Amino acid sequence: MPAVLRSGVKLFTSLSLTVTLILLSIILVLAATLDQVNLGLLAVQEKYFRTFFVFAHPFGSEVSVPIFPGGYLLGGLLLVNLVAVHLARFRFAWKNAGIVLTHAGLVFLLVGELLTGLWQRDSQMQIREGGTSRYSEDFNLNELAFIDITDAINDYTVSVPETLVADGGTIQDGNLPFQVRVVRYLPNATLQGRGHVFDSTLSAATAGAGTSITVTPAHVTQKPDERNTPAAFVEVIGTDGPLGVWLVSPSLETPQQFTYRDRVWQLALRAKRYHNPYGITLLKVTHEVYPGSGIPKNFASRIRVRSDDGQDDREVVVFMNNPLRYRGLTYYQYQMNKAEGLTVFQIVRNPSWALPYVACLMMGVGLAVQFCIRLFGFVQLRRRSAPIAAPVS
Amino acid sequence: MKRRLPFLVLVLAALGVVATLPAPKIVSGFDLATYGRLPALVDGRLKPLDTIARTSLLALQGRQRFVTPEGHTLAPSEWLLDIFYAPEKADTYRHFLIDNQEVLDLFTLRASDGDGGKRFSFVQLQPAISKLDRQAKLVDEVEETRRTPFHRQVVQLRDRVMLYQRLKYTLQSPETPHFLGEVLKLETALPAGIAAVRARQLGQPHDSAAVLAMAAIAQGAALMDQLGYLIAIPPADDNADLNAWKTPGRALLVSLDAGQIDATVLAYAALGQAWRGGDSVAFNQIVRLFHRQFEKRFAAPLAKCGIEARFNAAQPFYTSMVIYVVALLLALVSWLRWPETLGRSAFWLLVLAFALTTAGIATRMWIEGRPPVTNLYSSSVFVGWTAVALCLVLEMFFKNAIGSVAASIVGFCTLLIAHHLSLNGDTMVMMSAVLDSNFWLATHVVTITIGYGATFLAGFLAIIYIVRGVFTRSLDEDSAATLTRMVYGIVCFATLFSFVGTVLGGIWADQSWGRFWGWDPKENGALILVLWNSLILHARWGGLVRQRGLMNLAVVGNIVTAGSWFGVNMLGVGLHSYGFMDSAFYWLVGFTLSQVAIVFIAALPVEKWRSSRALAATV
Repeated sequence: MPAVLRSGVKLFTSLSLTVTLILLSIILVLAATLDQVNLGLLAVQEKYFRTFFVFAHPFGSEVSVPIFPGGYLLGGLLLVNLVAVHLARFRFAWKNAGIVLTHAGLVFLLVGELLTGLWQRDSQMQIREGGTSRYSEDFNLNELAFIDITDAINDYTVSVPETLVADGGTIQDGNLPFQVRVVRYLPNATLQGRGHVFDSTLSAATAGAGTSITVTPAHVTQKPDERNTPAAFVEVIGTDGPLGVWLVSPSLETPQQFTYRDRVWQLALRAKRYHNPYGITLLKVTHEVYPGSGIPKNFASRIRVRSDDGQDDREVVVFMNNPLRYRGLTYYQYQMNKAEGLTVFQIVRNPSWALPYVACLMMGVGLAVQFCIRLFGFVQLRRRSAPIAAPVS
Repeated sequence: MKRRLPFLVLVLAALGVVATLPAPKIVSGFDLATYGRLPALVDGRLKPLDTIARTSLLALQGRQRFVTPEGHTLAPSEWLLDIFYAPEKADTYRHFLIDNQEVLDLFTLRASDGDGGKRFSFVQLQPAISKLDRQAKLVDEVEETRRTPFHRQVVQLRDRVMLYQRLKYTLQSPETPHFLGEVLKLETALPAGIAAVRARQLGQPHDSAAVLAMAAIAQGAALMDQLGYLIAIPPADDNADLNAWKTPGRALLVSLDAGQIDATVLAYAALGQAWRGGDSVAFNQIVRLFHRQFEKRFAAPLAKCGIEARFNAAQPFYTSMVIYVVALLLALVSWLRWPETLGRSAFWLLVLAFALTTAGIATRMWIEGRPPVTNLYSSSVFVGWTAVALCLVLEMFFKNAIGSVAASIVGFCTLLIAHHLSLNGDTMVMMSAVLDSNFWLATHVVTITIGYGATFLAGFLAIIYIVRGVFTRSLDEDSAATLTRMVYGIVCFATLFSFVGTVLGGIWADQSWGRFWGWDPKENGALILVLWNSLILHARWGGLVRQRGLMNLAVVGNIVTAGSWFGVNMLGVGLHSYGFMDSAFYWLVGFTLSQVAIVFIAALPVEKWRSSRALAATV
């Protein structure tokens, strides 16, 4: 074996590397925890865990400098180290069964966390009592939607991701009979009625509600309790020339309309929607408090799930610590406004959700087995070494 | 004699414990103990008046002991009775804790005007109460995290005055000292009054004086309903739903419609008359009448209230603290003299204190109908309980008093921390929505708390190693090896429990928020604890640390545990945080520094250790 390879093997099969990696992980987790005072949970995860390196901008400059290994790198190295140590050093014996099981579980746990990071999708669904919803919304992503509402029953929707809008330029989509040119895009902006502010330099809109609105750019926020509301001016260009420039933003609550070639279109920049092949109807919300106090005891939503394929039509109650798992999605009771009969579900799609359960079972059993083996051995050793002294004293 | 000493010590201590259990004797002629067991609904739970009195005292003045301006010590129930029924007397009681000069300046008071330099009466505060109100309203606009000590004290004092006023308006209006007479008069005048009001509503001729009188009474009752702190009046019918209980003010308002005064309202008013008049015979009779009435319909909650009041008075955790101190002294001395006799005495005392703490925890569990850990207070008690249990096992194996010393220190300290946490008020609060799950409280919370307890214990055993090694000549190779085995075993135990506890938490989070792991501060704290314990184990297996290194890592484990147990609550972010704790922050910093200091001391060259000769090769 060449010397370089040998020293590499030696490094990766050493427990010193394990200890170093664990220590670095502790520092990483600690830094990520403390940074939550400034950054939101999602931003913290992106910055520290779902990355190979943690980057910093020294002295407020634009340059990104990697200053610390990120979650992917540390997790990956730990995996390599773990497997290497087991292959190189470990001779299987029944008294070490617990250790092997524990570490196998750890592999599952690390892989599970990686997959969750890659596959998990969160969204929310708001429903009023009596209302039915067929989609959920992802408030961390936006989309520019064009909806052909000419047909009274079926809408035809084409949506463009916000990232494409942010890139600027002209958007051409085979499903749209017109082109869309992004005149200006602001990642975060505040909208005000034109009456309040005289400065109109930024109101490039020539059609729709935007003509009477002033748009002020705002700093992009990463604070946990704040949300960015982007705004864009988009020009719709038909075959015969431009139809006008519209202001679109999630801050505008109602979609705007225009007519093109006898079809009525709506356009809106809104939270990204995921559509379901089933409808959820909110029948009743319940908000219990402990008697004579304002302490909440439970939030529950009674819903009816009806699938388009006719296989399901049933009532379910979703309440605290008791989500509904249905067709790959899990519905959690998230927020509630009893007075307005409004409920909000947190909806999670995570195909790898079962991995942590398996991993934890393996590790828990592994640790418990190992602990018992050692404890038993220790007690027997004590018994044998001090058989006379104990009972009399 | 020497052989009987452990037995004698145990019997003596047990007798001492038994002496705390019976109900206090009736001194003044008023049967306060029986009165204190009466139930009332506050914050979602039927509590005995004794608990309400004690938690109110804590909320107002930070301690349960109260002394009148004349120098008499009042039982909590006595104090509460004066607030309910003799407000003019209670107004002179100095029970508002203010220890901020700027707040005192609002009232143009000096520290020397107060009881002990920091407790003041309502009479002293009253002239400038509007200033307090104005300041508090200003503070309400300030973000929680930006508040200065002055801001916090203003809000706290406003809350204290509010609580006091609410207590005063609970059972009768403080403006009508002869409440019973008024209510009885009302009962006779009620039919005519109601007739007058109905006639007025129908536009018929009516007795306008009677209408005005009714309106005035209704106004007073509405104020009592609005302010009243206790929901003390059970429904007149057989309704068992707690939601049907009413404040006395609300019950009076209902009476005005129904034409008949609620019997419980009348009885409480009569009790007040007896208390004001110093008529202990009538007082005791009415209290017994109350019990007979409640027993018919609320036997189970009444029994719980009885046990809870008895639990309050017996203070098992306080008694345990005293026993821990005695056990610590015996165990320490046993290292110098009579190791056998004193060691066993200390051990049996610890068994007694442990049994007493267990009984206390079990009683709380029965009263609450919950697993042992529901909040920071109970977690502190339980951390100590775990550590002491482990120490007793260690002591059974090793019989070297090391386990006893560690047990008494950790047991005492955790109960002391719990005592300070209890100063915020009631320690048995209802669990809000997401936490209302006995299954997860019993599994995740209990397991992780055992993990905390075990990690702390490993750290304290390591401190014993370091202190004995550096400052005494008593650490020979044998005891060093024994301590190392103890620390190693406890770290293994801690790894197991902190890991299982953490993943159970992940599973709970997956059940209630839809993600197994969210990098929330509390979760991260638990993760760091697991990582630290596994770091210790891997460093040991890899031969990176020997005895001293293991001890130092275990001491740092104390910092990690304190951080993930208390520290994360101070960040004020995340779904888990229980609220910001001001003074606790400084204690945490102090504790961390002390542990760092110990690590530095341990890092002294071994030649400087007083046990260096005995240890020689092993460290």
